[in-house]
Amino acid sequence: MILAATTNESLARMSDLLIYSSMAVYTLAFFAHIAEWVLGSRSKVGRTAAALTSQASAATSAVTVQVKQAAGGTAVLEKPKVVTRSAAGTRDVPDGPGAAGGTVKGDLYGRIAVSLTVLAFLVEASGVVTRALSVQRAPWGNMYEFSTTFSTVAVGAYLGFLVAKKNVRWLGLPLVTTVLLDLGMATTWLKTPSDQLVPALDSYWLWIHVSTAIFCGAVFYLGATATLLYLFRDSYENKLASGGNPGAFARSVMERLPSAASLDKFSYRVNAAVFPLWTFTIIAGAIWAGDAWGRYWGWDAKEVWSFITWVGYAAYLHARATAGWKGRKAAYIALIAFACFLFNYYGVNIFVNSKHSYAGV
Amino acid sequence: MSTTDTSGTTDTSGTTEQQESLGEAGAQLSTAPIDDRAETTVVGGPTLGVIGWIRWFWRQLTSMRVALILLFMLSLGAVPGSLVPQTSVDELKAQAFKDAHKTLTPLYEKLQFFDVYSSVWFSAIYILLFVSLIGCIVPRSWQFVGQLRSRPPGAPKRLDRLPAYTTWRTGAEPEQVRAAALTLLKGHRFRAHTAGNAIAAEKGYLREAGNLAFHVALIVMLVAFAWGQLFKSEGGKLVVEGDGFSNTLTQYDDFKSGSQFGIDELEPFSFRLDAFDGTYEKSGPQRGTPRTFEAKVSYTQGGTDKKAVIRVNEPLKVGDSKVYLIAHGYAPVVTVKDGRGKVVFHGAVPLLPIDNNITSTGAIKVMDGYRDKKGDKDQLGFSALFVPTFAGEGKGTMFSQFPGLDYPVLALTGYRGSLGVDSGLPQNVYQLDTSKMTQFKIEKGTGFAERLLPGETMTLPDGAGSITFEKGVKEWASFQISQQPGNGLALAGAIAAIAGLTGSLFIQRRRVWVRAVRGEDGVTVVEMAGLGRSESAKLPEELGDLAVALTADAPPAPDAVPEDVRDDVPPGAERQAVPDADPEDVPEPAEEPAEDPAPSGEADK
Ligand code: HEM
Repeated sequence: MILAATTNESLARMSDLLIYSSMAVYTLAFFAHIAEWVLGSRSKVGRTAAALTSQASAATSAVTVQVKQAAGGTAVLEKPKVVTRSAAGTRDVPDGPGAAGGTVKGDLYGRIAVSLTVLAFLVEASGVVTRALSVQRAPWGNMYEFSTTFSTVAVGAYLGFLVAKKNVRWLGLPLVTTVLLDLGMATTWLKTPSDQLVPALDSYWLWIHVSTAIFCGAVFYLGATATLLYLFRDSYENKLASGGNPGAFARSVMERLPSAASLDKFSYRVNAAVFPLWTFTIIAGAIWAGDAWGRYWGWDAKEVWSFITWVGYAAYLHARATAGWKGRKAAYIALIAFACFLFNYYGVNIFVNSKHSYAGV
Repeated sequence: MSTTDTSGTTDTSGTTEQQESLGEAGAQLSTAPIDDRAETTVVGGPTLGVIGWIRWFWRQLTSMRVALILLFMLSLGAVPGSLVPQTSVDELKAQAFKDAHKTLTPLYEKLQFFDVYSSVWFSAIYILLFVSLIGCIVPRSWQFVGQLRSRPPGAPKRLDRLPAYTTWRTGAEPEQVRAAALTLLKGHRFRAHTAGNAIAAEKGYLREAGNLAFHVALIVMLVAFAWGQLFKSEGGKLVVEGDGFSNTLTQYDDFKSGSQFGIDELEPFSFRLDAFDGTYEKSGPQRGTPRTFEAKVSYTQGGTDKKAVIRVNEPLKVGDSKVYLIAHGYAPVVTVKDGRGKVVFHGAVPLLPIDNNITSTGAIKVMDGYRDKKGDKDQLGFSALFVPTFAGEGKGTMFSQFPGLDYPVLALTGYRGSLGVDSGLPQNVYQLDTSKMTQFKIEKGTGFAERLLPGETMTLPDGAGSITFEKGVKEWASFQISQQPGNGLALAGAIAAIAGLTGSLFIQRRRVWVRAVRGEDGVTVVEMAGLGRSESAKLPEELGDLAVALTADAPPAPDAVPEDVRDDVPPGAERQAVPDADPEDVPEPAEEPAEDPAPSGEADK
C-alpha cells in the first residue's frame, strides 16, 4: 500500500543524476549529428532536380522488386519479379541519401550519433525507472515526470523504427534537439522532488491512461516532425518542378531528406496508427474520471483539449480520405492537431485552471 | 461500360487518374462519397426549385467537405468553454469571473460562453454533424451491402498498368493455372471468382465494415449520452462517522436529476460510515499533501449486510447507483449543558474546511430544551473554529498547520437569544445568524472566544451553562450518489468505435487478378496484378508471396521470362490478353450492371 512507501532518497538522487547524464550524452549525439550534416557531402545533390526534369520518363519507369525466395525452393529457374509503380499523378522522386549525403565520413558521424542516442536513451530510461522505484509507483505524477518519460518514449520509438530498418535517420537531428529542449525545461522549470501521488491519481487507470497518452504524444510528435519536413521538402520540389532555383543551403539540406511523398506517407502512417490508441486514451480517461469524480465527461479543460486534439486528427484522416484535400492542406491540419496536443500538455497544465493541473509547479 | 463515363459516377476517393485508366476494375474499392468538386456544378443550375434546393442542401450537408468543416467547427467551438469558466462545471468560479469582468460579461452571456456545451450554437454544430453522419452512413451501408452481394470486377485489359504486377511463362495449361489460382486465392480468404480468362479476387472488406461500424458507434455514443442526461440523478450527502444514509429523496443534502427521472427509480439501499481515514505526507516540501482517503462503510442492499471501502478512485456500486467519496472534514463532539446542569445537546458537529490544512468553521445550535439558571427558555448558538493541528500558544494564529489530527483545538464563541430558525427563511446549518442574539462575555481567552483542548470545558457566564469539547474528534465524509443509465451503452459504443477504427485504419482493401492465357508459341503466360486503395508496401509483397505460391502449380518455364519486365508484357500475352479482357466477354454479364447503378443511384438522390 502507498502508505508504506516513503520516498527513497538515494534512488531519487540517482534518478536525477541519470537524467542529467543522459542530457550530456544527448548533447554529444547532437554534435555528432551536426558533424554528420556538415561533413556529409554537398556535391551529391541534384537527384531530385534530375528526377523532376525528366518527369515524363520517370513516371513510367518502375522499380523492380525481387520476390523473396520460397523457403526450401528447389531448382526453380526464375522467380517472378513484382513490378511496382506509383499511382499516376504522383511524382516519382527518389529519396535523398540522408544527412550523411552518401559520404563515408558523414556516415561515420551519423553512426556515432545514433550510437550515442542509444546510450543516452538507455541512461534516460534508467533515470525514469529509478525515479519510479524511488517512489514505488508509475513515474507519471507531475510534469517533470511526464516530460522525462515523454522524451524517452519518443527516442525509443525512433530507435524502434531504426531497428525495423525504416528509413528514419533524417529524424535524428530534430529529435535529439527537441529532446534536449524537453529535458532542459523538465530539469529547470518543471523540476518536482520525488514524491507520492495525491489520492486522485492513485489508481491503476494511471498506468493505462497516462502511459497510452504519453506514447501517443511521443509518436504524434514524430509524425508532426515528418509533416513539417514534408512541407519544406514539398515546397522545394514544387520550386524545382516549376523551374525555380533554390538557394545552396536549401538545396543541400533538402536534397538529403526523403522525397516529399515518402515523408508524407510516413507521417500519415504514424498518425493513423496512433489515432485508435488516442481514442482509447480518451475513453480510458473518461472511465477513470467516472470513478474518481463521479462523472465521465465534465468538459474540464483537459478533457476539452483532448477532444479538440481528437477531432483535429479525425479531420486530418477525413481530409486524406477525400481526394481534394490530400497533401499540403492535410499536412496543415495534422500540424494544428499536434499543436492542440502540445497546448493540452503545457498550456492546460500550467495556465488553465483544470482539475487535471498536476504540473507540480 | 466504357472507361470514360464510369469515372464520374463511381468512387473517386482514390486517385482520379488511376481510376480513369482502370475503369471498372478500380471502382468501388470503398464506399466513400464522390469527391465534392464533382458536385459543385449543381450550384450553377439557375432554376433549382424548392425540391432542388432541398436536394442540393442535403447533398452538401452529407458531403465529405462539409463533414470536414463541421468537424473543424466542433473543435473550434469547444475552445471558449475551456478558457471561460463554465456554469455547469463550477458555478462559483463562473460567478467570480462575471464579477471581475463587468464589460465582457454581457457579451459573453449573449454568446452563451458560460454554457458553451449546452449553447444553441454548439448544439447546432454537433446536431448538423450527426445528421450529416447519418446521411452519410445510410447510403454507404447500402452500397456496401451491394458490394458484398456482387462479385469483384473482372480484370482490366492492361494488368501491367496496375501498381503491382508480375508475369511469367509456364508449362501448365491456362485452365489448370486458373483453377489453381482460384483455390489459392480462396485459401487466402479472398473472395474470388473466374471472369473470362482471369480470376478476379478481393479482400479486406472488413475495412469498410470497420469504418461503418466506427461511424455508427459514434451515433450510439451520442444517443447513450443524451439518454443518460435525461434519466440521471445525482445527489450529495454529508455523513459523520457512525451515522448512516438511506437512499431516499428526503435524506439528501442536495439533489438534481434529469427531466425524465422518476423519484421511485432511486435504488433502495442504505449505508453507514463506520470510519474515515485520511493520511498525509508527514515531512518534506510536500508536507500535508493528502496520501490516502478511505471511507469504511457497511451497507445494506436487498436485506443483506456488506462491508466496503470507498476511496477517491473506487466508488461503491450498488445496483445502478454509485457512491463516490467527494470530500471530508472534521466533526468535533461537544456536550452542552444548560443552566440547571442538564445535557441539552450532545453530538458531533460537522465543520467545513476553509483551507488545505483543514482549518474548519461551523456553528453549533441548541434549539430546544435549554433553560437558564432561572428556568427561562432560550436558545444557544456557538460559532466554532477548529484546527486539527494548532500552531501553539502565543503563535498568534488560529490556522491549522497540518491536515492530520496532531494537536486539535476548538475555539468557541457563545451567543444566546433567537437563532432565527422559525423565521421561515432557509438557514445555513454551518452559519449562525446572530442578529437576534447577544454574545456571552467570558473571563478567559479574548473575552469572547475561548480555545479548548479535547476534554476541556468552557463555562458560560452567569450560570448559563457550559460546553465541553469531548475527546475523540470524529471525521465526516461527503458522498455523491449518482445513477446514470446508458453508461453500458456508451461503453459498448466506445469499444465498437475503437474496434471499427482499428479495422478501418489497419486493414487494406485490395484486389488481385490472375490471368492465364496461351501465348502464340503455345506456352501459357501468367499475369498477376494487385490494386489497393492507397499505395502500400504490403501489396507488392503479398502479390509476390501469392505468385511464389502459385508457381507450385504453374512452374516457370525455362528461359521464358523476358529480361526487362519494366518495358512491357511479353508480346504474346498482350495480344491474347486484350480481347479476352474486354468486359463484354466476361461471363455472367448480369452481375456487372448490378454493381454499377447502385452507387450512382445513391449519389443522385
Ligand atoms: C462525428 C464526426 C466524425 C468523426 C469523428 C469521423 C471520423 C472518421 C475517421 C477517424 C475516419 C478515418 C478512418 C479511415 O481513414 O478509414 C473516417 C473516415 C470516413 N468518414 Fe468519418 N467521421 C465523422 C463524420 C463523418 C461524416 C459526417 C461523414 C459523411 C459525410 C463521414 C464519412 C467518412 C468516410 C466516407 C470515411 C472513409 C473514407 C475511407 O474510405 O477511407 N464521416 N471518419
